[in-house]
Amino acid sequence: MSKKNNSETKPMIFFLNEEKEPLFSKKNRALLTDPMDDNNPITVQVLGVCSALAITVQLKPAIVMSLSVMVVMAASNVIISLLRDLIPNRIRIIVQLVVVASMVILVDQILRAYAYDVSKELSIFIGLIITNCIVMGRLEAFALGNGVWRSFLDGIGNAAGYGFILIIVAFFRELLGSGNLLGYQVIPDMIYEMGYVNNGLMLLSPMALITVGLYIWFQRSKNRTLIEKN
Amino acid sequence: MDRDSNIYTFLFSAIMVLIVAATLAATATSLQDIQAENVRKEKMQNILETIGVLVEREKAPEIYTKYIIEELALASDGSIDKEIDAFKLKLNLEIKKPIEQQRFPLYLAKVDSLQYYIVPLRGSGLWDAIWGYVALEADKNTIKGAVFDHKGETAGLGAEITQKWFQDRFTGEKIFNNNGKLVGINVSKTNNDPDGNDKDDNEVDAISGATITGDGVTDMIKERLQNYLSYFNIKNEKIAYIN
Amino acid sequence: MEAYLNLFVKSIFIENMIFAYFLGMCSYLAVSKTVKTAVGLGFAVIFVLAITVPINFLIDTYILKPGALKWIGPEYETVNLSFLSFIMFIAVIASMVQLVEMIVERFSPELYGALGIFLPLIAVNCAILGGSLFMQQKDFSGIAESAVYGLGSGIGWLLAIVAIAAIREKIAYSNVPEPLRGLGITFIITGLMALGFMSFMGIKL
Repeated sequence: MSKKNNSETKPMIFFLNEEKEPLFSKKNRALLTDPMDDNNPITVQVLGVCSALAITVQLKPAIVMSLSVMVVMAASNVIISLLRDLIPNRIRIIVQLVVVASMVILVDQILRAYAYDVSKELSIFIGLIITNCIVMGRLEAFALGNGVWRSFLDGIGNAAGYGFILIIVAFFRELLGSGNLLGYQVIPDMIYEMGYVNNGLMLLSPMALITVGLYIWFQRSKNRTLIEKN
Repeated sequence: MDRDSNIYTFLFSAIMVLIVAATLAATATSLQDIQAENVRKEKMQNILETIGVLVEREKAPEIYTKYIIEELALASDGSIDKEIDAFKLKLNLEIKKPIEQQRFPLYLAKVDSLQYYIVPLRGSGLWDAIWGYVALEADKNTIKGAVFDHKGETAGLGAEITQKWFQDRFTGEKIFNNNGKLVGINVSKTNNDPDGNDKDDNEVDAISGATITGDGVTDMIKERLQNYLSYFNIKNEKIAYIN
Repeated sequence: MEAYLNLFVKSIFIENMIFAYFLGMCSYLAVSKTVKTAVGLGFAVIFVLAITVPINFLIDTYILKPGALKWIGPEYETVNLSFLSFIMFIAVIASMVQLVEMIVERFSPELYGALGIFLPLIAVNCAILGGSLFMQQKDFSGIAESAVYGLGSGIGWLLAIVAIAAIREKIAYSNVPEPLRGLGITFIITGLMALGFMSFMGIKL
């Protein structure tokens, strides 16, 4: 993505790119990278915490959930951004929710007919995705006021930042709580024979909160600009 | 047009509702049959699994007819209601009816000349409904196998009831205690026998972190099975028929 | 009467939305810096829950459930609209939230400013949709039961957020490690409170 691109050639999908800047300009790249750390949806913006707690006992559901949220966020950010000049202000919340909910239901119905096994895996996440405040929060805070391409990137970036935390928390909870990763035993039997015991406390939901708290501690020790002043 | 005017707001919502409703209704109705077929096949697959017959979902209907010899709809007194297709009974609706009007589905299976009784289960876990099937051997006491499923239990905790290692704990356990009283199977956190070697203790080891889902399994096994006692107690030759 | 009281107590303490189900966490963590805003948001949640749960109960019973449309005529008995429940529930909730937003903006601009984005976000406060979905699953016998349940869950949520806000006001005077200040320590305290609340789980009402 060089400077030349910026001044001379029109980007291929110019209608998606109102600002007439390269698709991956520095500003746009920041949309993808910021949510990983400086502006992480869970640990900084405090969005999407409920679902993060519900599905981090094991790594696999955490990954499935992160990917589904990524698809839903990217798509709904694009739709709302396309409609942003049409949506009446007073009913914008309803419109946003209806868009998200109907998309999720549509996908659910289609999966249930043609990919039944996948739909069984995902069925418990449907409600969690619709009410995931990350989706709504980004629609309200970003997509309503920004172009389509930028909203798309924002959706992907925030979903990635969300997934990142989910996977970290799930990694520690599954490893310490049941000695497995992705369902496979990783702590060798030898260590158990020496008297090591899985920490059952890690499986309880309150431990998800405490793990996130500890991660925030770690993150803010490294990135001290995030420290809150009382 | 002014985006904040009442007329615009009203028009916008009307159009939105129309589009959304039309799309959703069209998808739902056009896919209904395929979805129902998937559910039916899965039910057959689950029933077969309890008697140790593992099949792919697509082949389930064919093999189902081979092993399941009878589908009965029982009344609470143990008599058989021939009017009703037991396979189509929906337990979630039956449970709400008064006990005299409820019909209890029972599947009879024969594998290698061994007879099994398969009882469908339904109850509630932490978040939502849980259900399953349990197969009893010819003594109507020993469990041949059990299958559980759920709608929305916590992944990694309550949702583990769908795992084979949990379901396998039920195999060989007895539903009656030593005094001949129906006690079901207690999914226990204080089990003295976590490896499940004692098959007469009416207990299996619980999943840690899934207390409420485990209690749900305990409750549904006992509650559903007691409805079949009167049928089990009737000698085969004396089975009464309704109509 | 006793049944209602049981349900009420149960929905406040034993099935506390925050500590037992971890629903409504985002706004709980973000808007609990001072007791005053916490109380404001708490009452907004009570209001929305107490209204939406009974409304959604009626919608579920008379429109969505399989066979619910029987009251129009016998030919509608086989209609099953349950695939619409999510969207209907969420639409009712969103319109109620929009209503609350307008009321708060009109009568307390100060609170409106303090709540910021978290006021519209009540709509996706999972505790609210959770309330309606639990209502659907619990098969309440009447509208009164569902109203009691909605009210109780809301009060439970208010108590939880006020409790954490009070702790956060006090903890401002303690020497918490810098990177843990604010959000970090709140997560950990909530975790400890939730562990404490687990002791309610054994109580059967």
